[in-house]
Amino acid sequence: MAKYLLLKHYRGAPAAVNDVPMDRWTPEEIDAHVSYMQDFATRLEESGEYVDGQALAPEGAFVRYDGEGRPPVTDGPFAETKDLIAGWMIIDVDSWERAVELAGELSAAPGAGGKPIHEWLEVRPLLGAPPTVTE
Amino acid sequence: MIGRRHPGSGMDTGVEELRLRELIPEVIGVLVRRGVDFASAEDAVQEALVTAIRTWPADPPRDAKGWLVTVSWRRYLDLCRSERARRGREVALDLEPPQGPVPAVDDTLRLYFLCAHPSLTPSSAVALTLRAVGGLTTRQIAEAYLVPESTMGQRISRAKRRLAAVSLDQPGDLPTVLRVLYLIYNEGHSGEVDLATEAIRVTRQLAAAVDDPEVAGLLALLLLHHARRAARTDSAGRLVPLAEQDRSRWDTALIAEGVQILQAALARDRLGEYQAQAAIAALHADARRFEETDWVQIVEWYDELVALTGSAVARLNRAVAVGEADGAPAGLAALTEVDPSLPRHAAASAYLHEKAGQLADAADLYAAAARAASNLAERDHLTRRAARLRQAASG
Repeated sequence: MAKYLLLKHYRGAPAAVNDVPMDRWTPEEIDAHVSYMQDFATRLEESGEYVDGQALAPEGAFVRYDGEGRPPVTDGPFAETKDLIAGWMIIDVDSWERAVELAGELSAAPGAGGKPIHEWLEVRPLLGAPPTVTE
Repeated sequence: MIGRRHPGSGMDTGVEELRLRELIPEVIGVLVRRGVDFASAEDAVQEALVTAIRTWPADPPRDAKGWLVTVSWRRYLDLCRSERARRGREVALDLEPPQGPVPAVDDTLRLYFLCAHPSLTPSSAVALTLRAVGGLTTRQIAEAYLVPESTMGQRISRAKRRLAAVSLDQPGDLPTVLRVLYLIYNEGHSGEVDLATEAIRVTRQLAAAVDDPEVAGLLALLLLHHARRAARTDSAGRLVPLAEQDRSRWDTALIAEGVQILQAALARDRLGEYQAQAAIAALHADARRFEETDWVQIVEWYDELVALTGSAVARLNRAVAVGEADGAPAGLAALTEVDPSLPRHAAASAYLHEKAGQLADAADLYAAAARAASNLAERDHLTRRAARLRQAASG
C-alpha cells in the first residue's frame, strides 16, 4: 500500500473544462455536487482506502522567521496570481494507477449543468517509512 | 473537497456507561478527601474508568461507586509504589485509607472550578472538564475533537501540571466554568460521544450543586438550543435556517423545561449574559411560525446583551433582529455600526439585502460570505443561497 495526496486547487491548476464558479450553479447542481463528494469519501472508507481529508478556507498568509526577538513576518492575504489549495484528501491504495483512477473519479464530480467539472487534481505520493527488509 | 465527519465507532453509550460517568467526579472527590492530590486522583480514577468500561459489561459490580473507589485507590497506591520504586525508595504507605466524610456538594463544585481554572487555556480546560467532571476517557475526548489520543493525553497532562503550580486559594470562578461548558456545547463535534449532550449533562450537574441564576441561565440556553437541533439540518445534512425550520420537529419538552428554568432565574433579578441569550432563544421557541416571532422583544433582549457584554457578535445579531422588527433598511443601518471584519458580517448583510429586495447585491454578498465561512456546512448553505438568488434574478 502507498499513500497519495490528492490536492484540489482554487487557483493555480490548469482551467477545468466545466469552469463555472459554484455560486453560479443552480441550488440543485450544488446539492448534486456535495452528495457526489460525500459518496466518494464514503465509498473509499468502505473499500479501506480513505485516510483523511479536509477543505481549506481561501484566506491565509505566508509566514517566515525574521530573526531573534522579532515577530514573524507575514505576507498575505495570498496574491491573486498565487497557486491556492482548496482542499486535500489522503488515500492509501495499492498502486499509482489506482490513485490516478480515483483522482479521475473525483474530478468527474458534477458541476454546472449537472455535467462533470473535469477539474485538474494534483496527485502526489507521500514519502513513507523505510522498509524492514532491504536486501 | 472534502472535510469528513469522523465516523463514530458505534459503541453503545448506554444507560450503564452514563451512570458510570456520573460517578467520576464523586470518586475523584473521595480520593482528594483522602489526601491524594488532584492530578494523581484524576489519573487513578481514569485508569479505573478504563478498566470498568472493559470489564463491567461482562461482570457488573453490585456497588458501582464502591468498586470505582476501591479500584481507583488501588491504582493510586500502585502508581505511588512504582513511582517510589523508580526513585529507589522504600514503600511506606498507609494501606488502610481513612474513612472520608459524606460527599459534599462543595467537592464537586471545587472540581469544576479547578478544571476550568483561568490559568488554563480554553482547550485544556475543555479537555480536563470533560475528563474529570464529565467522566469521559481520553480516547473519547480525542475522538470527539478529531485529534490523536496521544495529543489529547498530553494536553490533559500539561493542564494538570499547570494546576499543580496554582495555589489553592485561587480556586477559579463561576464565569470561567460557564464559558467552558458553553464552549463544549457550541464547538462540540461528535464521535462516539455526543459532546452537546455531555455539556448539558454536566451543566445540569452544576446547576444541581450551585444556586446561581447564570448557571440556570446557561442550562436554559443549552436546553432551548438543543430543542431545535433536529430541525437544524435536513435529511441530506444541509443546514436549515431558523425561518425555514419545521417547527413540529422542535422538542417541546426541552423547550418547556428551558423556559421554566429561565423564568425562575429571571425572577431573581440578577440578569447576566446567559439569561439574556436564553431569553432570546425562548422567544424564538415561543413562535409557532417564523412570522409570529416577537422581534421587538428580541431586539430589547439584544440591547440588554450588548449592554452586558459589549460583544460585537451580539451587535451583529441585533442588527439582523432590527431588520426583522423594523424592516430591512433599519437593519442595514444598524449593521453599519458593526465591525465589518466579523466572521458572519457578510452573511448578515446578504440576508438584509435579500430582505430589502436587492437580490443581485445579496447574491454577491452570499458568495463572499461563503468564501469567509469557517465550516463546510455553512459554506455550502451560503453558496446555495447565492445560487438561488442568481437563479431568481435571471429567471
